[in-house]
Amino acid sequence: MKSVAPVVAVLVIAAIVHVLLVPLVGPFYGKVILDIGINAMLAVSLNIVNGFTGQFSIGHAGFMAIGGYVGAIITYYGSFVLWGSAMEQGATGQLLFVVGCLAGGLIAAVFGYVVGLPSLRLRGDYLAIVTLGFGEILRVMLQRSDDVLTELAAVREALPVGVITKVGGALGFTGVPFYTTPLAVYVFCGLTILVAYRLKESTYGRAFLSIRENELAAEAMGVHTTRLKVRAFVLAAFFAGIAGALYAHEVGVTLTPRELGFQKSFDIVIMVVLGGMGSISGSVIAAAFLTILPEALRSFAEYRLIVYALLLIIVMLSRPQGLFGVRELWDLKKRRGAVT
Amino acid sequence: MTLVIEGLDVHYGAVHALRGVSLKVEPGQIVTLIGSNGAGKSTTLRAVSGLVKPSGGSIRFDDKPLAGLPPHDIVRLGIAHAPEGRGIFANLTVHENLELGSYIRRDRAGIADDRDKALALFPRLRERLHQSAGTLSGGEQQMLAIARALLARPRLLLLDEPSLGLAPQIVQVIFGIIRDINLAGTTILLVEQNAHMALKVAHYAYVLEVGAVAMADKASVLAASDAVRKAYLGVH
Repeated sequence: MKSVAPVVAVLVIAAIVHVLLVPLVGPFYGKVILDIGINAMLAVSLNIVNGFTGQFSIGHAGFMAIGGYVGAIITYYGSFVLWGSAMEQGATGQLLFVVGCLAGGLIAAVFGYVVGLPSLRLRGDYLAIVTLGFGEILRVMLQRSDDVLTELAAVREALPVGVITKVGGALGFTGVPFYTTPLAVYVFCGLTILVAYRLKESTYGRAFLSIRENELAAEAMGVHTTRLKVRAFVLAAFFAGIAGALYAHEVGVTLTPRELGFQKSFDIVIMVVLGGMGSISGSVIAAAFLTILPEALRSFAEYRLIVYALLLIIVMLSRPQGLFGVRELWDLKKRRGAVT
Repeated sequence: MTLVIEGLDVHYGAVHALRGVSLKVEPGQIVTLIGSNGAGKSTTLRAVSGLVKPSGGSIRFDDKPLAGLPPHDIVRLGIAHAPEGRGIFANLTVHENLELGSYIRRDRAGIADDRDKALALFPRLRERLHQSAGTLSGGEQQMLAIARALLARPRLLLLDEPSLGLAPQIVQVIFGIIRDINLAGTTILLVEQNAHMALKVAHYAYVLEVGAVAMADKASVLAASDAVRKAYLGVH
């Protein structure tokens, strides 16, 4: 029972967002609500690495890109194979989309392992350098990819391996079916939060925190630090990959390498830092806030970046540990006066 | 259960920190390593718990070679290390710190039992159970470091400078508890700069000087020897 109830809660909340909230607010704010869910997934998953284990990854958008492109290849070229064109399908299309999301997450996790293993064996800032390099290499490679195939015959000829490089280059992957629904976003987002939460509250997850606090002492306690750091990194990459696939299939989004470059990685880092390194609720709130803020400031477009930067400086000066520090929203009530 | 170190060599880059250190810890004893800064005391402990890799020599525990094993495997053999500078997890609560001490164990009942025992040794920690460990005083942090190490239910406890930076009164309390832990059956290898206190609680002692054992004898004998009194006990 204990483990089923939260999953049910996630499904109910996702259903409410899907059936009531998004239709009520209209397409523009509906897209903002989708973006909040996707960004919350990215921030919470990055927090598992940066917040829990105290490593510093600044290439999270790279995993998002992998998930996005893998998901898009599966739904776009998969649709050609199954239905002869990339037009959206009904329920079976949704099924293909979910497969695409999960495959995107898994492939991103594999990349996470390959990128993480060598750099996480070392202590210090190597991870930051490696993840930065990874994101940039990936971006350049995607920019140099070939045009998207639009003819069934050409697709048939290129299958199965040839389509991997036909993802549109710098212009982006056009024609990806719009499958992303509020339900899908909030189910995956809810599951991400649930996994992160269970991790933080378990003894196993506390070992992640101990690495951040004092790596040497953690090792002396019997924590296999390298293994746990790699696991945290792979898990984060997995969720980022799913978030990327959700993003790739959003209405009005063209998947381009530029959008998922260093700037995006940094946006996610800012969400984590602002919300508090290690705080899940902080990440969610910061992700929501930093998604809404640019939209709210759109009418003064010229001043937008100034306000944005100013706000960050104020928060960092007045609350350098972020909104919640390592604690959670619900901790504030439980333990008043506890030092964050 | 005996710890035997023979001809231990440790290098930090070009620095030769330990030069052929040999020592032995018999079951049920408190053995102390004393010596000045940089003599290699902490390095010896770190080599035993696997935090540094020896470049030569052997470390055997229960006749099992330890050199080369990673720290997380060595803890599982029954050696717990309370590192120098306490190494507590400052942003976690006292309770969470203790929980991490028993990270390698799965026997819930045994863990709860040991936790109660540890909190009985350090009643101050029970009062502060849900406080962030970083808000504890220096003495309390040291107590936490020892209690946390005990929760691994070690057969051999490695203590690195438990008196570091503490008021003399607190040092007395901590050393009283170290003796209690030993009387309850845990073997202890204690590194100390406070030679006076260390020689008082220990059964056997080694004096380290620039990475090598200079003297070794019963603690009471060393405490009475002129050389030790002059060099480490401040008696002229």
